[in-house]
Amino acid sequence: MAQSNNSIKKILTVAFALCIVCSVIVSTAAVALRAKQQFNQELDRKTNILEVANLYEPGMDVNETFESAIIPRVVDMRSGEYTDEFDPSTYDGFEARRDPAASRTLSGERDPAGLTRVENYATVYLVGDDPDDPEQIILPIRGQGLWGLMRGFLAVEGDGNTIVGITYYEHAETPGLGAEVNNPRWQAQWEGKEIFGDDDSLSPAIHLTKGGASGENEVDALSGATLTSNGVTNMLQFWLSPEGFGDYLARFRSEVDPGETQSADVELEAEGA
Amino acid sequence: MAEMTPKGVLTTPVFKNNPIALQVLGICSALAVTTSMSVSLVMTCAVIFVTAFSNLFVSLIRHHIPSSIRIIVQMTIIASLVIVVDQILKAFAYEMSKQLSVFVGLIITNCIVMGRAEGFAMQNSPHLSFLDGIGNGLGYGFILMTVGFFRELFGSGSVFGFTVLQPVQDGGWYVPNGLLLLPPSAFFIIGLIIWVLRSINPEQVEENEFKMKENTQPKEAV
Repeated sequence: MAQSNNSIKKILTVAFALCIVCSVIVSTAAVALRAKQQFNQELDRKTNILEVANLYEPGMDVNETFESAIIPRVVDMRSGEYTDEFDPSTYDGFEARRDPAASRTLSGERDPAGLTRVENYATVYLVGDDPDDPEQIILPIRGQGLWGLMRGFLAVEGDGNTIVGITYYEHAETPGLGAEVNNPRWQAQWEGKEIFGDDDSLSPAIHLTKGGASGENEVDALSGATLTSNGVTNMLQFWLSPEGFGDYLARFRSEVDPGETQSADVELEAEGA
Repeated sequence: MAEMTPKGVLTTPVFKNNPIALQVLGICSALAVTTSMSVSLVMTCAVIFVTAFSNLFVSLIRHHIPSSIRIIVQMTIIASLVIVVDQILKAFAYEMSKQLSVFVGLIITNCIVMGRAEGFAMQNSPHLSFLDGIGNGLGYGFILMTVGFFRELFGSGSVFGFTVLQPVQDGGWYVPNGLLLLPPSAFFIIGLIIWVLRSINPEQVEENEFKMKENTQPKEAV
């Protein structure tokens, strides 16, 4: 018996049969449960949007609150204008990054967050009644962390400058170190920080820093997670620059202080040229 | 270990032959997932499911497994079961699966699962193997829940998420012990549990493999 079990024919048969059976079981589970998992992911994403906007309370009906409190709009990141080309409830910028017609390639200095390709249109989530004068703007952000792509949201006040909060709903960072990006205590530091410096520059000044953050544009880096912290800084540098939402945010910044409009526009053209 | 009654197979691994406390297997996940009791409980259920069914399936086909590829066969079965568990958790306990993150996937490398498949299920009937899997899962779970209880109670002042000792940051009196939220604390607690178990069952204490000589004079090697 032991002899026949170790014949090459038997080895191959057992290995092959086992692989077939196991792959059928695994794929059945994956396919059968996919709808339920996607529903959970969607719910989790909405919960994160509400959380970053400080609208979330445990036990609330997430879908209902999301419908009533949040207005999704699609923004053309090249011009900073809203667009009606896509339906905001179904448009998925993350998927669109693969579409050559709706995205562009990035390389070198223009790609601090390691994205390689980025979509031209992105969905932003607005809190408040008027899309042109929202109370809060929630921007999707993503970039490379240490182990993989990190995806999250940044909530900004209606002035296009003051941060309300940050959250990550998808990342693969080390538990206890990089995964502390979702530690509420660390996240709480972001409230009230400012994206841009005192000058009218369109490049964001917000960054993580080691050894005690002091200024308006500084947040404490995560201890033991230098590469994750760099990833967070880099993705903010990208998404808040004119390559990302910089032009869009400039609209709100100029509304706050009309004196800045002129210089912001000049800067805009310089970037465009 | 001579008696192989179903009851014996099921209960010995919990106290007498505990996989963590006596065999010192599966320590890494015991450090990682025991910061709160609810997470420990889900992890326990996942491990019980995987050990029980991997033992069952390995035992069912044990007469057909060629000895040269038996480890790979066991790994394939274990890995498939772990993926199924991971998928189920993502579908029905999404929050929990996010908290457990990589540790569900790491059940594959948990020595208890592999050890029982190789050490028990390869030689015993499916019925006994299944019970042995549950027993060892329970033994693992017993340690996990005990460690989780102390870490959550003294680390965050709660049990199963319900506040028992009101922590100071919420206006209470209890100053949480931060060490207990860090993985090393699980080592201390597991060490204490092993001490208690071996005091109750002195036969678990191993004999010294080497005996140190008394007070030898240091001498230069020639």
